[in-house]
Amino acid sequence: MTMQPHGTTAEMNRIATVEELNLLRDKWKAKLETPSGIRVVVGMATCGISAGANQVYEAFRNEIKKRGLDHVVVEKVGCIGMCVYEPIVEIFEDGKEKVSYIHIDPEKAGSIVEQHLVGGKPCDELTLLQLDVKDQSGYVCGKFEDLPFNRKQKRIVLHNCGYINPEDIREYIGVDGYQALAKVITSMTPEETVELISASHLRGRGGAGFPTGLKWKFAARETSDQKYVICNADEGDPGAFMDRSVLEGDPHAVLEAMAIAGYAIGADQGWIYVRAEYPTAVKRLELAIREAKAIGLLGKKILGTDFNFDIKIRLGAGAFVCGEETALIASIEGKRGMPRNKPPFPASKGLWGKPTIINNVETLANIPAIIRNGPEWFRSIGTEGSPGTKVFALGGKITNTGLVEVPMGTTLREVIEDIGGGCPNGKKFKAVQTGGPSGGCLTFDALDVPIDFDQLVALGSMMGSGGMIVMDEDNCMVDIARFFLDFTVDESCGQCVPCREGTKRMLEILDKITSGGAEEKDLDDLYELADNIRQTSLCALGQTAPNPVLSTMEHFIDEYRAHVIDKKCPSKVCKDLLGYYITEACKGCTKCSRTCPVEAIRGKVKEQHYIDQSVCIRCGSCIDVCPFDAIERR
Amino acid sequence: MAQTSHCKTIADNDPRYEELRSFIHSHENKDGIAMTALQEAQSLFGYLPLEVHKFISKETGVSIAELYGVTTFYSQFNTEPQGQHQIQICMGTACYVKGAQKVLDKVVETLGVEVGMTTPDQLFTLNAARCLGCCGLAPVMMIDDDVYANLDNVSEIPAILDRYRKDTK
Repeated sequence: MTMQPHGTTAEMNRIATVEELNLLRDKWKAKLETPSGIRVVVGMATCGISAGANQVYEAFRNEIKKRGLDHVVVEKVGCIGMCVYEPIVEIFEDGKEKVSYIHIDPEKAGSIVEQHLVGGKPCDELTLLQLDVKDQSGYVCGKFEDLPFNRKQKRIVLHNCGYINPEDIREYIGVDGYQALAKVITSMTPEETVELISASHLRGRGGAGFPTGLKWKFAARETSDQKYVICNADEGDPGAFMDRSVLEGDPHAVLEAMAIAGYAIGADQGWIYVRAEYPTAVKRLELAIREAKAIGLLGKKILGTDFNFDIKIRLGAGAFVCGEETALIASIEGKRGMPRNKPPFPASKGLWGKPTIINNVETLANIPAIIRNGPEWFRSIGTEGSPGTKVFALGGKITNTGLVEVPMGTTLREVIEDIGGGCPNGKKFKAVQTGGPSGGCLTFDALDVPIDFDQLVALGSMMGSGGMIVMDEDNCMVDIARFFLDFTVDESCGQCVPCREGTKRMLEILDKITSGGAEEKDLDDLYELADNIRQTSLCALGQTAPNPVLSTMEHFIDEYRAHVIDKKCPSKVCKDLLGYYITEACKGCTKCSRTCPVEAIRGKVKEQHYIDQSVCIRCGSCIDVCPFDAIERR
Repeated sequence: MAQTSHCKTIADNDPRYEELRSFIHSHENKDGIAMTALQEAQSLFGYLPLEVHKFISKETGVSIAELYGVTTFYSQFNTEPQGQHQIQICMGTACYVKGAQKVLDKVVETLGVEVGMTTPDQLFTLNAARCLGCCGLAPVMMIDDDVYANLDNVSEIPAILDRYRKDTK
């Protein structure tokens, strides 16, 4: 993408005291809250850019420049979480309601400039109003905040995403950015900082939910000439993208939290380990670090204190196992990313053998807000055992795909039905998968359970990083289990036998089941293998690899049996178990017989055709070309 | 790297070596340089043949074996030359649930190559991506920097690929 050269670093002076930070905050707070002109923001996280936001951004800039509209600024912001409506453009003007445009392209951008920015009249047909979503009182929703999608959400982590420009540190400062760091380093001791985080009961958002305060305490009490803070931004769960969204929409929150962590444990060096597959996130992080250094909020003697903190970025190179702490450390050290036995834990022996804490992006993004508002505030949100919110990446067979941040303890039903809008096309909900390749699926029975770390484990799944993939009646659960196992086989580092060999054998059995070659005994073998792998693998990747299989076997054993005994796939997904048949709707147009790659379709012109099942390779080409819907799978 | 006789594809005096050398030596801290150097080399050369490993080994002091171990561990590194256009089919869970396998099958059928391979004319390299991070647009295919979203109708795919054939001519 074309990055606007940002003049900010050049024109910004170093901030040497808290007073100077406050002055800058007041100035930018005013600019954001009561803009003197018009502020046009374009959602430009990866999802927006994929939908064409770059062209929309350029169109606005060109059009505004052409018309000489000096009172209008156009800015890039992060993702507001509603992927279905991208590209999204919002317009802020003092004294007027915010206007939210959806599905914008360069041409529509032109009309908006003409009619709204010049003419002063919003283009209602391009805003949210076009969806005609009414609330109970019959009011048509014009703002994202009013939509059912947003009503049950609570934004702590994603608070600034979609509001501030992530490429301008001054806007972050304008929303109280770096105030938490200032408070900690000028008025609290490191011990008090650790205590405060412990008192908030914040738990790690990366998967297992380990108490963050405890992790910090372990590292803080080590004595060493060097300690490190690592931010784990190697979001590997296929189907989760909340960390990417935070890095793209609010990178300074992560930097600020890392510096706070550094102060708390006595570290002066931070590392961010981020996936190379997230180029936009990497660019914005690099810029954010440069800006923070230029202004003196990172580097030596921050805000006139004796606290020094620097941050470097290391790019991952595509290995799921590197989300595991010790593997991640090995990867930063430039080695193959293979996990090792714990203890010693990274808090005592981590990066280059020095005490290290590793926190994930979402965990860190909670820290500044906790320090600013206090641990009691944080504990008042969510459940007793899991305070705060959780961001979920809602995807799959769901109407409103996107990022959702809800208080812990929200039920799955609220997330899927009220926020997500249920399965599209009137299909029946079947299951929801949480925790990615390490998690499991939850069915109809679990819909009313309040979700938090402990409840999900009790239900046989886990929080994981927060991927939430909804499946409907058309998804085959054996195929889904096979999909996840295929992933873990690919991603196993190969170091320990149970994971390297065991997951492969499990995949072979699943292949047999989905292709119709399995016997009943295979189900017992599958279960036994899964149990062994879970108990004997070296790291969490192997220990949790069987989860998708075990949980689908628990909830959908009938589907497994249908594949094994009846050689049928009830959801009509597993190709080898399906036959293709031509119905009476056939008009004899011969399109299918001409398309069939193996000449399995016979019949005369204008007469019903038939498929020779012994020749058919079940490729499905005929279904795609039939103009009369006369071919069915069964 | 194939076991057959190795023929060099990058000339010894290629100017990109000099760029790589200065990149490596611009790092004051040599700890953990191996992976960073390999990433830079791949962005310069497009792939990592044996001679590039030899060069990095000489400059960093890390053995070729160790470097090659790193190269083969991470899915991002390639030891073979890549096609002119990179096709990535997202196989993340959200895309998979919405029919990414059908998209992949169609591309495989159209190009006649399997995942991870390059077409004989060196035009396309086909890869399955873990998650491109635009789950709201599933199923998704990316060719170079262009994103093709909501590919529910796979019969559109051959025409999409044709556009790149024409562009190249």
